[in-house]
Amino acid sequence: MKTKKKSEFARHSLGDKSILIAGYILLGLFVVAIILPVIYIILASFIDPVTLQNSGLTFDFSKWTLTAYERVMSNGQIWVGFKNAVIYSVLFTILSVTVTLLAAYPMSRPDFRGRGFFNIIFVITMFFGGGLIPTYLLISDLGMLDTIWAILLPGCFSVWNMIIARTYYMGIPADLQEAAQVDGATELTYFFRILLPVCTPIIATIAMWQFVGMWNSYFDAMIYLNSASKQPLQLVLRSILIQNQPEPGMVSDMQSTAERAQLAELLKYATIIISSLPLMVMYPFFQKYFDNGIMAGAVKG
Amino acid sequence: MKNAKAPAKVKENDNSLHNTLVYIRQHWQLYVIFMLPAFLLTIIFRYIPMGGIAIAFTEYNPIRGILGSEWIGFANFRRFLSSPDFLRYLANTLKLSIFGLLWGFPAPILLAFLLNRIMSTSIKQKIQLVLYMPNFISVIVLCGIVRILLSPTGMINSLLGTNINFMTMPSAFRTIYIASGIWQGAGWASIIYTAALSNASKELKEAAVIDGANIIQQIQAVEWPAIKDTVLIQFIMSVGNIMSVGFEKAYALQTDLNLNTSEIISTYVYKKGLLDGDYGFSTAVGLFNTVINVILLVSMNALVKRMNEGKGI
Repeated sequence: MKTKKKSEFARHSLGDKSILIAGYILLGLFVVAIILPVIYIILASFIDPVTLQNSGLTFDFSKWTLTAYERVMSNGQIWVGFKNAVIYSVLFTILSVTVTLLAAYPMSRPDFRGRGFFNIIFVITMFFGGGLIPTYLLISDLGMLDTIWAILLPGCFSVWNMIIARTYYMGIPADLQEAAQVDGATELTYFFRILLPVCTPIIATIAMWQFVGMWNSYFDAMIYLNSASKQPLQLVLRSILIQNQPEPGMVSDMQSTAERAQLAELLKYATIIISSLPLMVMYPFFQKYFDNGIMAGAVKG
Repeated sequence: MKNAKAPAKVKENDNSLHNTLVYIRQHWQLYVIFMLPAFLLTIIFRYIPMGGIAIAFTEYNPIRGILGSEWIGFANFRRFLSSPDFLRYLANTLKLSIFGLLWGFPAPILLAFLLNRIMSTSIKQKIQLVLYMPNFISVIVLCGIVRILLSPTGMINSLLGTNINFMTMPSAFRTIYIASGIWQGAGWASIIYTAALSNASKELKEAAVIDGANIIQQIQAVEWPAIKDTVLIQFIMSVGNIMSVGFEKAYALQTDLNLNTSEIISTYVYKKGLLDGDYGFSTAVGLFNTVINVILLVSMNALVKRMNEGKGI
């Protein structure tokens, strides 16, 4: 940075230079504060538990081990969690994006009769709701407890995302629809063949939000799902990371309680790395959609 | 569409029932295919539970249902409002979100200003990649990391040379909650301000530089005006959400020993309702929370309208 942009930096007055330097230092500290814990956890995940407990991080590679990874990865429950998280997140994203994009279309048309009515019906739910117990009892009455539907359906239609999609549709030139009408296209053909293809940025953004949101949440799964075979990744992580209850097979071969506790601590580091890796690897590829989506959200305000 | 011109014509006429029916018959697809799924989901999963609020006024018995349970009026509310815990949970909720707002709100704005001063685009992008990354860590993993780093033998204690168990200290809970929130969210939240700043007119800024404006003057004259509206809207939306502190993170950071500050209304509703089975009472507490939230949102919206010459959110 210094060499390449020296001229631009040098153009500033002395006072400005000191402000800039102070600013760069502040920003640098924030970046370090983000990176440092991440590096610590990556390093710690490779270190023998006894060594880590007694002397902390070490670069004596003879003390490094892959035990934690082997134990976590050979545990079935983590993979069950991964599998369920993928299923729930993919299905939820598809359902949610479909319902939301469909509803946004009539809401974007000025001639749509009942627009005001539907708008009120939807917007009220952004402010007011039945709350935890009535919702839980409804899910229970519908026979959806401990089924995938309890995870997929209640949060499937997002009013907020519908408003964002509607705003986006309204920015599409009206000529496009007029041309389609002249060609005799039906609503469905216009929507799928003409409107959606020009809306891919906003579709990708909403899909990313819904996917990441479902992947990372645990509350609904915690209250609605009981079977171990249906638990998504975050619930498995919760018992390992928060409740200090590693999956039985992970530590049970250790003789003493102390050893088991030590190993359980070490497993946390590897668990964090393994479980976060997929999104961490994927997220730079989404990056181009970030600004897009955030700005679409801002338009509404 | 066969009746391409019809909608416009119908609209010009009037909104009589007949015309509406004609419109619906012509555009049935809009209602049945496009609108129906969202409408049904909303009615079933949003409106039916609103009817279930009646539970709050009963001594709810799951076997006998709402109508069969004994109607006790506002007794559940009185029980909550007169309990010694009420003020503590309300205070915990409010403090967590108000302090969270005071510290958490300016952080992304500051970050956006700092990012805006980085001259090299490629370095800026690399920094942004790091700043946004924590947003993709799940609540559970974040809280797991926090617990590891703050454990008596964790990184923070080895840096300080102490072995304090922060997770069991009621006085540390809010700091942990808010600081980890900034760690995770400030970068991501800065996107909207960065975008607003990039809309600041380049010519205006160049003119300011030629006129010899220093950085402080440039911020006052060019950059702050460019993001002022965004800041205002974001602030008002945050204030409106003061009562909806997230359940997931507070619950994952709770330990038996820090409940004195970490028990907030949403975690209390969950424990009373689903863990203890006290349905009526839990619903009443939840309703209390929702009503305060609605009052806050409505008054905030009225305030915006006044400041924004009639344009609400």
